[in-house]
Amino acid sequence: MTKQPAIELKNITKRFGAQVIANNNVSLTAYHGEILSILGENGSGKTTLMNMISGIYFPDEGQIFINGQEAVIASPKDAFKFKIGMIHQHFKLVDVFSAAENVILGIDEGKYNLKKSAEEIKKISEQYGFDLDPEKKVYSMAVSEKQTVEIIKVLYRGADILILDEPTAVLTPQETAKLFDVLRKMRDDGKCIIIITHKLHEVLSLSDRVSVLRKGEYVGTVNTNETNESELTEMMVGKKVSLNIDRAEPKDPQDRLVISGVDCISRDGVALLDSVSFTARSGEILGIAGIAGSGQRELLEAIAGLQHINSGEILYNDPKSGKTENLRDKTPVQIRELGVRLSFVPEDRLGMGLVGNMDIVDNMMLRSYSKGHSMFLERKSPKDLAMKIISDLEVATPGASTPVRRLSGGNVQKVLVGREISASPTVLMVAYPVRGLDINSSYMIYNLLNEQKEKGVAIIFVGEDLDVLLELCDRIMVIGSGKVTGIVDARSVTKEEIGLLMTKSGEEEKQND
Amino acid sequence: MIIQFICRAILLGVPLLYGSVGEIVTEKSGHLNLGIPGIMYVGAISGIIGSFFYEQACGNDIAKMNAFLAVLIPFLCAIVGSVIIGLIYSFLTVTLRANQNVTGLALTTFGIGLGNFFGGSLTKIGGGSETFIALTRTSGFFSAKIPFADKLGWFGDIFLSHDFLTYLAIIIAVIVSLVLNRTRVGLNLRAVGESPATADAAGINVTRYKYFATCIGSAIAGLGGLQYVMAYANGVWTNNAFGDRGWMAIALVIFALWKPSVAIVGSFLFGALCNANNYIQGLGTATQELFKMLPYVVTIIVLVVISMRKRREFQPPAHLGLPYFREER
Repeated sequence: MTKQPAIELKNITKRFGAQVIANNNVSLTAYHGEILSILGENGSGKTTLMNMISGIYFPDEGQIFINGQEAVIASPKDAFKFKIGMIHQHFKLVDVFSAAENVILGIDEGKYNLKKSAEEIKKISEQYGFDLDPEKKVYSMAVSEKQTVEIIKVLYRGADILILDEPTAVLTPQETAKLFDVLRKMRDDGKCIIIITHKLHEVLSLSDRVSVLRKGEYVGTVNTNETNESELTEMMVGKKVSLNIDRAEPKDPQDRLVISGVDCISRDGVALLDSVSFTARSGEILGIAGIAGSGQRELLEAIAGLQHINSGEILYNDPKSGKTENLRDKTPVQIRELGVRLSFVPEDRLGMGLVGNMDIVDNMMLRSYSKGHSMFLERKSPKDLAMKIISDLEVATPGASTPVRRLSGGNVQKVLVGREISASPTVLMVAYPVRGLDINSSYMIYNLLNEQKEKGVAIIFVGEDLDVLLELCDRIMVIGSGKVTGIVDARSVTKEEIGLLMTKSGEEEKQND
Repeated sequence: MIIQFICRAILLGVPLLYGSVGEIVTEKSGHLNLGIPGIMYVGAISGIIGSFFYEQACGNDIAKMNAFLAVLIPFLCAIVGSVIIGLIYSFLTVTLRANQNVTGLALTTFGIGLGNFFGGSLTKIGGGSETFIALTRTSGFFSAKIPFADKLGWFGDIFLSHDFLTYLAIIIAVIVSLVLNRTRVGLNLRAVGESPATADAAGINVTRYKYFATCIGSAIAGLGGLQYVMAYANGVWTNNAFGDRGWMAIALVIFALWKPSVAIVGSFLFGALCNANNYIQGLGTATQELFKMLPYVVTIIVLVVISMRKRREFQPPAHLGLPYFREER
């Protein structure tokens, strides 16, 4: 049987602003009766590409053909018209509505009859092997049930092309297996299924073909039965690029922070961190690599005293007194009162790090407001610090009294890193410090981190660019789905090895079942 | 006396019912319209303006007045006046995404000022030496009662002795309740207020729903002002006489848990509570004021109880008060 192309993308390009190219000249085809995986790292443009098919974005260049006809998809409504349904990573459901109400939301045709719709929903459920009560309210559903509602929502509208954005990220292995059965049934029913993922074993077990994207570019498409993990990893991460970042040998490393067996469980009962153990040493940069959302954020916040952990210990060895303190379940203020000098540059700079509407001096003061003995704030030293950071780090700003949100991303980051370093920390945690920064600012941040390393600070660096991690860090810890999948020496490891470790965790779980 | 108390409670409760049903419709689209007190003022004064000029056109002679027109003109004026304010609110908060609380409070101040300004102007045009406008002829048409009601004893007094706007209020509340819960339009509107991004992704025109909900809600609330001047105040407009009924209507929305059917009962309860001080003997002026607090006290108790129950159905629309940007992901 020759397969009919369901959807063809030709030379699609999408830019955000003048600088960011999310997709560059991407062409790919998906057929009826097949499951196509779109594989790529974070920021490789997978979701942007699929959003263009489902009408959320409009491509700047290129054409989309549906069943051989050129199609203009300007809105989600147009996408329904072409029988395209997308299941987003973040569910679009109304919590106080029942499953049936969510399914029929926005459909204009036919009489409004919830009972009849509920029967149709049951019919669809039986056809594909779902398990769903149409009367159940969404807020009382588990994550997998919500996903079922999303899938039925698009099937109810008669979708022939289903796009699933990281559908297994929130599912348990059993639920994943069930979902895959359903997807296979749909494929056998002649539907075209596109699944966005970065989990290699899922790609291999589920899909017929794989298209790989890397940094917005289309790399290629291979048949699943003709490929293997290491080939896909290489396509995904690409060849190593040399960046020439200085890296000194660690001087006299000592265990500064010892993390052992940390578990963290979300409100939905999903394990965010699963017995994480590692040691951060002084005078050393420990890189943390992993797919976004694998628990990096929770780990850093647990250390900083912002995230409750369910078990495990976070031990801090004080270099001055030689005492060991347990930081578990302590608030940031309690941690500071113990004399632990912990600095944290969070991922969300203007949300958690700085206050956008306040100027540079006031932002400096956020860390020192409790100092001084007068009833008024002591403004002199924060001001001096602000001026020092502006001149030392070459922050491009009209003055120290400019609101931080008016600065560019790189300058915001310099202000934040400058403030955190000024506290002369013993442990410095940075999350994605060069995200959105130009090359010069990025190198400035690398140099600052290296300076701190020389001073004997234990640095934890969460990054996404493997090339940077490989050249900047001394050791790299890889985490996947909240588990440590390996701690490797950054000087000898290869990019492919890290890529494999990043996608490993789920596979092991499956074998354990 | 009990019958009189109940009738009085209903009469006092009806403006609150209009105001709260109007506010419920608006809030279901995710917009907290604190301009409702102002809109009710504007509805009242618009009705007064319309009937004032109709009475003048008829030479202030009741024989020349057509009963149908005497009711229709103020009725339409009240709707047009309040919808204009509703449109201003929608334009500011939906299109320009201004802060809803600030916009609403500004419009309340504006609406009260507007009402007092036109009230003063009309008094001048009327040429009387009084500080109020009396449109008792028009009021007479509004308060027309069902002819056989007084022959049915207490039953007629409680259920059949009211002006037509009272029955209209209950009918509107029932219709709004049915539309919200039993129709596609209602489902879409509720989705807009709960999660506009979901509604948008489902192909619902979020902006249109927000505009229509706000304007229809404003029109309903404006009728509450009209009912107050024409039926309760017998066609007499005095500046600031409407008082804080608009705020009580907003409190009633919370009391009714955003359900128009509950608002019907709630409005009569609020009417009774407002009026209770007049029926209890030997209250000093200070104690009377304490009694006037009762509707608000009851609302606070309801708020405490629902936040303890934590039932999701009893919560306000999830996106209430927040502007919606499509670009945000």
